[in-house]
Amino acid sequence: MSIQLKNITISYGTRTLLDRVSTSLPESSLTALIGRNGTGKSTLLRAIAGLGRYHDGEILLCGRPLTQIPADERAKIIAFVTTEKVRIPNLTCEDVVALGRAPYTNWIGRLQDIDREIVHHALNVVGMSSFAHKTMDAMSDGECQRVMIARALAQDTPIILLDEPTAFLDLPNRYSLALLLSRLAHEEHKCVLFSTHDMDIALTLCDSVMLIDTPRLHNDTASQLISRGLIDRLFTEAGIRFDPETKGVRLEKKSDI
Amino acid sequence: MSRSTLFFILLSLLTLLLFLLDLSVGSVKIPFGEVCSALLSGDDASTSRDIILNIRLLKSVMALLAGAALSASGLQMQTLFRNPLAGPYILGVSSGASLGVALFLLGAPLLGVQAHSFVQSLGITGAAWTGAALVLALVMIVSRHIKDIMVILILGMMLGSGISAVVEILQYLSSEASLKSFVVWTMGSLGDVTSSQLWIVLPVILSGLVLSVVLIKPLNLLLLGENYARTSGLDIRRTRMWLFLSTVLLAGTITAFCGPVGFIGIAVPHLTRLLFRSADHRILVPGAMLTGASLLLICDLISKLLVLPVNTITALLGIPVVILVVIRNHKFFS
Repeated sequence: MSIQLKNITISYGTRTLLDRVSTSLPESSLTALIGRNGTGKSTLLRAIAGLGRYHDGEILLCGRPLTQIPADERAKIIAFVTTEKVRIPNLTCEDVVALGRAPYTNWIGRLQDIDREIVHHALNVVGMSSFAHKTMDAMSDGECQRVMIARALAQDTPIILLDEPTAFLDLPNRYSLALLLSRLAHEEHKCVLFSTHDMDIALTLCDSVMLIDTPRLHNDTASQLISRGLIDRLFTEAGIRFDPETKGVRLEKKSDI
Repeated sequence: MSRSTLFFILLSLLTLLLFLLDLSVGSVKIPFGEVCSALLSGDDASTSRDIILNIRLLKSVMALLAGAALSASGLQMQTLFRNPLAGPYILGVSSGASLGVALFLLGAPLLGVQAHSFVQSLGITGAAWTGAALVLALVMIVSRHIKDIMVILILGMMLGSGISAVVEILQYLSSEASLKSFVVWTMGSLGDVTSSQLWIVLPVILSGLVLSVVLIKPLNLLLLGENYARTSGLDIRRTRMWLFLSTVLLAGTITAFCGPVGFIGIAVPHLTRLLFRSADHRILVPGAMLTGASLLLICDLISKLLVLPVNTITALLGIPVVILVVIRNHKFFS
């Protein structure tokens, strides 16, 4: 198992977001993390990435307890793509992706031939090879997101976490990015976990879906979650309905109700 | 040859040329040839050799060191705070150092303490470090909680103004003699350093510069922000501490001995980025040191020709660069 959560409890102030939840994610798998705003998706991802201890319970990465992995070794196990926009003048895409090699380079960050090969491969996988020498400040959101994913890929880790990678993207970009994540999981054999609000991507493309249903966490295949009625329950308001056939959301016009 | 290699060679030559020019220009003009022979040959006991080795060399070396030190510390702060307007002067680090020095120069005589001159210069250095460290610590603590660039800058400016007010109170209470030594200090001068003081300044600045070279990889990782740096294996707390130490050593020491020299620290990193068209600290750190050294030598030359304090020249040359940066970045602020 790449990621194991054991009895994880996360609280925000007096509110308990997750209460003693356990689950695990295998290698070569694509998992979407869904749930409403403020249910702790980002907090859970940050906890798994080792960016802070917000939780009780134990997280294991590739069988080792997270707390016992030093930061430099953790960087070789898990890569994180955040929601932050990185737009630094004079910094080329290649430079950004090369920063992903930091855990493997020497004190000043000198790239060896093997590092350059990995950087080119990563840019190739995300389809950004032709942008290698362009600077980040002149690129669209979708292009930037792909470069940041290439950076994570260059970090050469068995696990990649992404915090809302499809946010801010237009529809065609959303779906092509989702297909890219699927390729990372199944062709590059990564354990990919990403949070998203795109229900159709989560339910049609992913091997499993982690649904935060405060204070519980369900991790199951999309069809299981749907047949258990867990997805339906997200939409409580009249006029909004989940359609299990198309795995999409239906908005009903006032006159139909 | 790559663009950066070419610029490194050109900048090194420029720095050397400016260094020699700085030695030759002054109240007595000494021709280039004599400057070189004074530096290279041994036992010729001419007046010009005396002037160069005993008076001007010290000042030019200080200009080199101060330019490199202030620029390196400015670059570190801009990357650490991810803020194009950060710099030792703007963030109030120089003011903090001034307060330390003021407390030492004006406060100690008020308490009736009289020190030997070498002890006095050690005291000035220590006081400047303490003051710089306190202000930097305060700004860093606040910036951990408030991410807004403007808030941090306004805070730095307010700290600076508040400190100036405290310094004025001290001046008001002080005797004429200690007041004079302080006022002379605030005018900023590269020439007040004695050769015995250079033995404090040189090793401290060199270790600060070595630290900033050692921190090149962490600085590059910080470009993408703290979360990316940490998940790339960077120990953020240790990095921040080393950057902190390096900045205090560099900016604090220069402020202690040369007075508050403004705008070099904020302007030079931008000039270096423009020149090298790079964001890579493997290029920017040495690049900023060279650019800073040349720029401060130019400022020193101008200040000698016009007989003005050097920090007025650095302000006049630096402010346009800062304005340019603000205009270019205005989308960040609006």
